Amino acid sequence: MAWAVFFTLSFLCIGSVVAMILSRNQAHNALFLVLSFSSLGGLFGLLDAPFAAAVQVLVYAGAIMVLFLFAIMMFNLRVELPARVKRARLALTAGLGTVLLAELFLAGRKLVIGSPGAAPAAGGDTARLGHFLFSEYLYAFEITSLLILAALVGALALAGKREGS
Amino acid sequence: MIPAAAFFILAAVLFVLGILAFFVKKDLLTQFMAVEVMLNAGNLAFLALAKSLGKAEGQVIVLFVITVAAAEAVIGLAIIVLVFRQRKTIQTDELKDLKG
Amino acid sequence: MAELFWLIPLIPGGSSLLLVLFGTKLSRRWVAWQACSAVLLSFLLSLAAFIHLARAPLKSPGLSKTLLPWISSGAFSSPVAFTFDHLAAVMALVVTGVGLLIHVYSTAYMAEDRSNARYFAHLNLFTFFMLVLVMASDLVLMFVGWEGVGLCSYLLIGFWFERPAAAKAGMKAFVVNRVGDAAFIIGILFVLTNMGSSSFASINEAAGSGLLRPGLATLVAILLFVGATGKSAQIPLYVWLPDAMEGPTPVSALIHAATMVTAGVYMVCRLSGLYAASIPASTVVAWIGAATAIFAATMALVQNDIKKVLAYSTISQIGYMFIGCGVGAYAAGMFHLVTHAFFKSLLFLAAGSVIHALAGEQDMRRMGGLKKHLPVTFPVFLVGALAISGVPFLSGFFSKDAILTSAFAGGHYVLYGLGLLGAVMTAFYMFRLVYLTFYGEERMTPKAGHHIHESPRAMTIPLVFLAAFSILAGYVGLPVFFGGKADLFGRFMEGSVKTVTHHLAVSTEGLLVVLATAASLLGIALAFVFYRRTPALPGRLASRFPGVYRLLVGKYFIDEVYDAVVVRPLVRGAETVYERFDLKVIDGALNGSAAAAGLAGKGLNFLQSGLVRDYALAFLIGAIIFLGFLLL
Repeated sequence: MAWAVFFTLSFLCIGSVVAMILSRNQAHNALFLVLSFSSLGGLFGLLDAPFAAAVQVLVYAGAIMVLFLFAIMMFNLRVELPARVKRARLALTAGLGTVLLAELFLAGRKLVIGSPGAAPAAGGDTARLGHFLFSEYLYAFEITSLLILAALVGALALAGKREGS
Repeated sequence: MIPAAAFFILAAVLFVLGILAFFVKKDLLTQFMAVEVMLNAGNLAFLALAKSLGKAEGQVIVLFVITVAAAEAVIGLAIIVLVFRQRKTIQTDELKDLKG
Repeated sequence: MAELFWLIPLIPGGSSLLLVLFGTKLSRRWVAWQACSAVLLSFLLSLAAFIHLARAPLKSPGLSKTLLPWISSGAFSSPVAFTFDHLAAVMALVVTGVGLLIHVYSTAYMAEDRSNARYFAHLNLFTFFMLVLVMASDLVLMFVGWEGVGLCSYLLIGFWFERPAAAKAGMKAFVVNRVGDAAFIIGILFVLTNMGSSSFASINEAAGSGLLRPGLATLVAILLFVGATGKSAQIPLYVWLPDAMEGPTPVSALIHAATMVTAGVYMVCRLSGLYAASIPASTVVAWIGAATAIFAATMALVQNDIKKVLAYSTISQIGYMFIGCGVGAYAAGMFHLVTHAFFKSLLFLAAGSVIHALAGEQDMRRMGGLKKHLPVTFPVFLVGALAISGVPFLSGFFSKDAILTSAFAGGHYVLYGLGLLGAVMTAFYMFRLVYLTFYGEERMTPKAGHHIHESPRAMTIPLVFLAAFSILAGYVGLPVFFGGKADLFGRFMEGSVKTVTHHLAVSTEGLLVVLATAASLLGIALAFVFYRRTPALPGRLASRFPGVYRLLVGKYFIDEVYDAVVVRPLVRGAETVYERFDLKVIDGALNGSAAAAGLAGKGLNFLQSGLVRDYALAFLIGAIIFLGFLLL
């Protein structure tokens, strides 16, 4: 059962990324990515990380990709110009990608991959996560909030409309 | 239960696909989206590791990565908007000011 | 006062430095006063030290002082140390005394020259180096002075460097000297490698006590003497001295008559222990001296430029000094050095006076009858001519006699004969000069003869002093004739140089004196016949023996031979090296590396495409390689 879900979700995920590569329309690209991230959310769930799954769908698929869509709509681009990808470039990139993949596999084999994992501690792992977040990783947590503030202000400062422009 | 190895393989493939997307596409926006794909692949790997080692730190990291990716996306898009306003294009072939 | 003797070189040195730095901003009068005062101070100090030495018992070692340790490496050391012994005292007095008179003379002679400060700066610098040379305690420091006077000679010969002839003459002097210096340096190196120091005391001692192998002693002595032939203008390196007459006349008087050219003689006397220990070397010295004396005298017979006659005369007279040294009579050689300094500089300065009066005319064929126009110059010139000719009761007679007697007493009869022959020739060409210049009909060009005037007092007063010395200086070295005690000079010199006592019967001594006198008078008489009684005679003789005449006038074509055999090949070699190596290899390498850098830059330019995508590709490749390293 779990395998079926896994394969479906993985297929969806990878498939939408491939579709994103093949598609020439930017809005389509964004939408494909939404699909991809959502299925990733599902995969996170398979990994016993419900909170991460929820956050993924909410933030990534829901907020970030929407932001992208807003940007696309703002640029108001028609169909992307049919840019020809040079054969050589494609081959080079594919080759490099294959090499990287091989290396990653090799690296992966050296990883000590334990058993499918001990069951999460009692109290649900979300509670455990919260516990971690507010004790050991408190600094990171607070700084991250500052980071978000900085991003907000930064975006406004950079791209906000000037008076009279 | 699904072995963590499967997730790792998936993460690796996703990462390489992201790289491919980055190099194949020619407009800034889509390339930016490809970067997000790569980030997600990393997230997946982290979570798989968290599950296989039984530690929760992996999930903590994933949380932070998502947050930071959000902030980064905001700023990145703001910059792309600025570039578009200046140059009226986001085709990377035409953004060659660093040449020479 | 005498302990301050080490200041003697430094005062003119300091003055020179000041003049070099600030001379152009000082007034002409200030420059003149400063330069002359510096030399005056040195002279007074030398006098004080001399008196101190004279009062001390004979054979006392003299004053010495080490200023700095300078070189000290392994077994070899060479400190900057000055010695003021009897020999140095004599030289220092000559250099500073005659130097002072010439400095004063120069203030008038160079009064209109625009590079006044440069002239006196160089002249003071020369005095400094010459004094370093004579007061050095070892060969290395002496060599510093040796080179320094060579430099100043170059600077002063080429003083009017805008004249191509002067510039060339300066270079010729320097380069020819360099050849001699090369031998000198090799000699020093032999000394250094065999003994840890080059101090004169140790060399003389080692030679005398047999510590220095005879072969080595001879080798070193000859090498050093080759250097001396360059500096003192003997065969084969004399060719620069006649050309050096391009310099101002006071320079010719000081450097090329009285002091620098006698440095070689001084050096031989300094190392009298070495030369006395090596008979072959002394023989070489004596014979080269004799050969040069005759050789140069023959060329002086036919020269028409007044200064050139004096130049060849100088070469000839220095030959005499070397004869003296070569036969072991070092004191006699030094004695002639001193008297020669007086009368030769007198002759040069007086010649300068004549040239000045004739607005620059130097060719004797266009002079004549100046006796009545130059009431001071003529008598002093006559004194000088009589002195150099060895006429009795003047200084030259005593010194030349000392040398010839020593040669005869040592059994060197051929040398004696050559010396006597040279004496006849000396008298002849000197009085030829006197008759052509001061007697007879006036042959001046209108421009030269336009305003003949006696020279200013600053020029004539030194002349008078020098004339007085030319007469009186001889009396410190009276021959044995008058009793051994009368040779004050010789006895003074015993403190520093080896002396030989020869025992000749009084009658033999008397005979030699008579012969010498006869030789001088013969020369003068011949000159009278040739140039006063029958003025057509020289011309007829020249046409009877055209080959000989041409040979003499052409200076035996030695300059041409040197040019063809040495100079041209060297220049051609240098040009070839320049074309083949300097231009092609060195410039080629430099330009080539520049071109390579440029090519590399252009070649790698494609990496800077400006596209972020390409940079990202570089990242990717880097990441792959890095990951590969980690895995492997």
